Amino acid sequence: MSEWKAVCQLADIPSQGARVLKREGKVDIAIFRTIDDQLFALHDRCPHKGGPLSQGIVSGRSVACPLHNWHIDLATGQACAPDEGCTGHIALKQEAGTVYLALD
Amino acid sequence: MDKQKLVMVGNGMAGVRTLEELLKLAPDAYDITVFGAEPHANYNRIMLSPVLTGEQTLPEIMLNDVDWYADNGITLHLGKPVVEIDRGRRVVRAADGTAVPYDRLLLATGSNPFILPVPGKDLPGVVTFRDIADVNQMIDAAGCHRHAVVIGGGLLGLEAANGLLARGMDVTVVHLGEWLLDRQLDKTAAQLLQQSLEAKGLKFLLQKQTAELVQGESGRVCAVRFKDGDAVPADLVVMAVGIRPNYTLAEQSGLHCDRGVVVNDSLQTFDPRVYAVGECVSHRGVSYGLVAPLFDMAKVAANHLANFGIARYVPAATSTKLKVTGIDVFSAGDFTGTDGCEQITLSDPMGGVYKKLVVKDDKLVGACLYGDTADGGWYFRLIREGHAVHEIRDQLMLGEGAIGDTGHQGQNRAMGMPDEAEVCGCNGVCKGSIVKAIQEKGLFTVDDVKKHTKAASSCGSCSGLVEQILINCVGGAADVKPKSEKAICGCSDMTHGQLRQAIRDKHLTSLADTFRELAWRSPDGCASCRPAVNYYLISTWPGEAKDDPQSRFINERVHANIQKDGTYSVVPRMWGGVTNPSELRRIADVADKYDIPMVKVTGGQRIDLLGVKKEDLPKVWQELDMPSGHAYGKSLRTVKTCVGSEFCRFGTQDSTQMGIDLEKDLFGMWSPAKVKLAVSGCPRNCAESGIKDVGIIGVDSGWELYIGGNGGIKTEVAEFFCKVKTREEVMEYSGAFLQLYREEAFYLERTVHFLQRVGMDFIKQRVLQDEVGRSELYARLKFALSFEQDPWAERYAKGVASHEFAPLTV
Ligand code: SRM
Ligand SMILES: Cc1cc2nc3c(=O)[nH]c(=O)nc-3n(C[C@H](O)[C@H](O)[C@H](O)COP(=O)(O)OP(=O)(O)OC[C@H]3O[C@@H](n4cnc5c(N)ncnc54)[C@H](O)[C@@H]3O)c2cc1C
Ligand code: SF4
Ligand code: FES
Repeated sequence: MSEWKAVCQLADIPSQGARVLKREGKVDIAIFRTIDDQLFALHDRCPHKGGPLSQGIVSGRSVACPLHNWHIDLATGQACAPDEGCTGHIALKQEAGTVYLALD
Repeated sequence: MDKQKLVMVGNGMAGVRTLEELLKLAPDAYDITVFGAEPHANYNRIMLSPVLTGEQTLPEIMLNDVDWYADNGITLHLGKPVVEIDRGRRVVRAADGTAVPYDRLLLATGSNPFILPVPGKDLPGVVTFRDIADVNQMIDAAGCHRHAVVIGGGLLGLEAANGLLARGMDVTVVHLGEWLLDRQLDKTAAQLLQQSLEAKGLKFLLQKQTAELVQGESGRVCAVRFKDGDAVPADLVVMAVGIRPNYTLAEQSGLHCDRGVVVNDSLQTFDPRVYAVGECVSHRGVSYGLVAPLFDMAKVAANHLANFGIARYVPAATSTKLKVTGIDVFSAGDFTGTDGCEQITLSDPMGGVYKKLVVKDDKLVGACLYGDTADGGWYFRLIREGHAVHEIRDQLMLGEGAIGDTGHQGQNRAMGMPDEAEVCGCNGVCKGSIVKAIQEKGLFTVDDVKKHTKAASSCGSCSGLVEQILINCVGGAADVKPKSEKAICGCSDMTHGQLRQAIRDKHLTSLADTFRELAWRSPDGCASCRPAVNYYLISTWPGEAKDDPQSRFINERVHANIQKDGTYSVVPRMWGGVTNPSELRRIADVADKYDIPMVKVTGGQRIDLLGVKKEDLPKVWQELDMPSGHAYGKSLRTVKTCVGSEFCRFGTQDSTQMGIDLEKDLFGMWSPAKVKLAVSGCPRNCAESGIKDVGIIGVDSGWELYIGGNGGIKTEVAEFFCKVKTREEVMEYSGAFLQLYREEAFYLERTVHFLQRVGMDFIKQRVLQDEVGRSELYARLKFALSFEQDPWAERYAKGVASHEFAPLTV
């Protein structure tokens, strides 16, 4: 069962940027912050060839993978057309400036 | 509030493209209703030619099927020609009585084929070549009749003739002019074309005027009779003698027409509520019959319908290409070469190649190519860019591919390539898949092909080839604009040049202001425009505009090169390629301590530490205690040097020290694309100065400067710029040129492409002739560089952006 875990404060994540959450033995998670302070969490692995999405340029509601420039939708983890593929996304909530992820 | 109502009359290529553009800009602005006289949704009319030959089928050439209209909330009335526009009440009425009110109206009624006013023109078996119904009639006739006569030896006529021949008919082309394609080709090229078409089995009757179409016993046409009394048998007659803008409806409704619906530069008719696009319009007295200008119109009309109100339609040179016949013919611009023009021709009738280039006032204004059209796209770009050609004049005829592209077997002839040949060496895309995508998805631009196939989307060296394939498939409809005419990205319609100018004129110093002032479509741009805008801001307003790390590619944000596995490579600066034992020791120690898997000597005379973990970067930099080599940036990279007069027995100048001085002088310089220099001590040129952005060669009496070299994707030899005497002059002239490049070039444009775009004369004028201008340029460079610090030192000493390197944990 997954449960809400506090991982950081909103201020820890740069606007139009991302922060990486490392977990022992599990895939890294990238937490993104858009220009209007919405937060999204995705597996830090591009569906194309596993590029670290956290290192990409964030604009609007998507991130451009730094390796070959696929655009990944932050809300769903889906690659934007015409590319195809999907990376996992993780439920996230903000309360009083604290960021929680639904982790298992 | 009720939405405004937009009604479109004419459901063809220009109209629907306008709707597509409009939906991109303002998806919710209107309730849209479309009337189309044809019973089909929007299809790719130019692909009717391959449908006639049997290479494609109707379902394959659909651009927007009925679902598209439904998905976008558009009400579609097919098979209902509009017969009345009541402009007073603002209502349109179709033949079946359907009436729909409008707030704004878009006319896109295309053209009608011209029908020769000869006896027999209405007989069964006489058709035109314009729509699906025509093609179906021709295919049916080919199934049960033998003799076809095509009247008109233009593009359309030849494509029709070729199609009917492919379907087994005996085809004669009748043409009034002295030679075929007389609006596209000159006589020599046309004769070559005629020979090859005859070899394929087509027959031609030139300078023949049709007098009558004769009715046979069955009631169907049976022959064509000419003015001179001759006749040829014909069970099918295709009239392809030209088109006339279809403006009857507009004229009946009282709109001002003059051989077309008259529109202004915003594509508005004389009634401000009514817009018109496509072949039906007359813009500054001209009507168009090719897709490329119509698509430009679509963009402009959409911009105004979306109430953005900033776009203007400006006509540009067009190009044409004969499709489907398997014969390469291309023409662009004004190739007839009238007054004041010079012509360069290459004629090899045996080899089946003919090329004619027309130069006027030192600019390429037209091109006519037969047999080898590989450089059509290049010539077309030169024509549209319109800059001086005398420097490249001796290479013009040889074409852009005179020096082959690397990475795809130097292949530069799209036509002859088999389907399975690899076009894009980076992404492994072959010709067949590109052709398929173009045809099935209805693509018209290289950018679309990039998106759908990934070809040309990495290093870009095959874009020329992709462009040729596109031209081969869709002919003159291929949108092959030069970068100077293209919108920067989907976020805005501005070109790079307009954007640079606006940033200067409006004194914009932040991304947010820029996006707001210039009406960007998205609040924070996208991954392609943000880095460009950021560069334009900091290079235009150094010290004032604040650099935005979030708008930089990761390499420039963390000052190291990202690797395929997410680790980084680090290249410390070794001024002029010179190092010493203590630096080498530190490098060795760092490599050991941080388990760096590879230490490599680079092609730029530096040492690369590859595979560094991101968390280790600040420590690695600190312990190396060397400045950043900027091997990751659109910035000054390396200054390569040779041994020079200090040690070498041939050296005439101290090239090593010159290189070190230059590298220190330019340290930290951000630029539109990367910049590499080299200094050699004598003409043996061991530092390869001939392929650098700025290459310097020491000679006994001073230094020679070369600019615009490139050793990368496409090897380009630098051009001689000037000769100077002193070390100080080398610094000032190189710096001034680079500052001009920093101020005027487009983002990602390397010096060679900048040079080709603006011309050597312009650069010489600004840097060599204008002494004051030169020292001001150099002073501005020094001023900009005065704000730069070593980014590595900044990171480890001051902890700047430490969040980048420290992961979170749970
Ligand atoms: C390290 C080095 C290869 C080596 O081991 O020798 C190298 C490595 C890369 N080059 Fe290069 N280039 C290296 C010398 C060159 C040279 C030779 C030279 O500098 O004398 C050239 C041709 C000269 C030129 O640029 O005109 C060269 C032409 C390119 C190009 C094509 C540029 C072009 O405009 O045509 C690219 C692609 C690009 O920049 O977009 C490129 C891009 C790259 C990138 C940065 C690809 C990337 O974006 O990740 C490579 C990073 C590898 C990595 O894993 O970190 N590299 N690259 C060389 C570093 C030189 C240095 O000391 O700084
Ligand atoms: C066989 C062929 C090959 C071609 N090849 C090329 C090529 O290689 N390159 C190139 O650039 N161009 C080519 N063209 C030209 C190109 O197809 C046209 O320039 C383009 O389709 C014009 O677009 P449009 O929207 O203005 O007109 P159309 O596409 O003709 O659309 C107009 C539509 O409006 C409808 N209509 C007219 N009046 C009314 C009314 N009163 N009510 C409702 N509907 C109405 C018509 O039925 C038609 O469907 C080719 C054309 C043909 C026929
Ligand atoms: S180092 Fe340069 S040539 Fe080698 S694979 Fe990378 S980009 Fe290509
Ligand atoms: S790994 Fe992300 S685009 Fe290739």
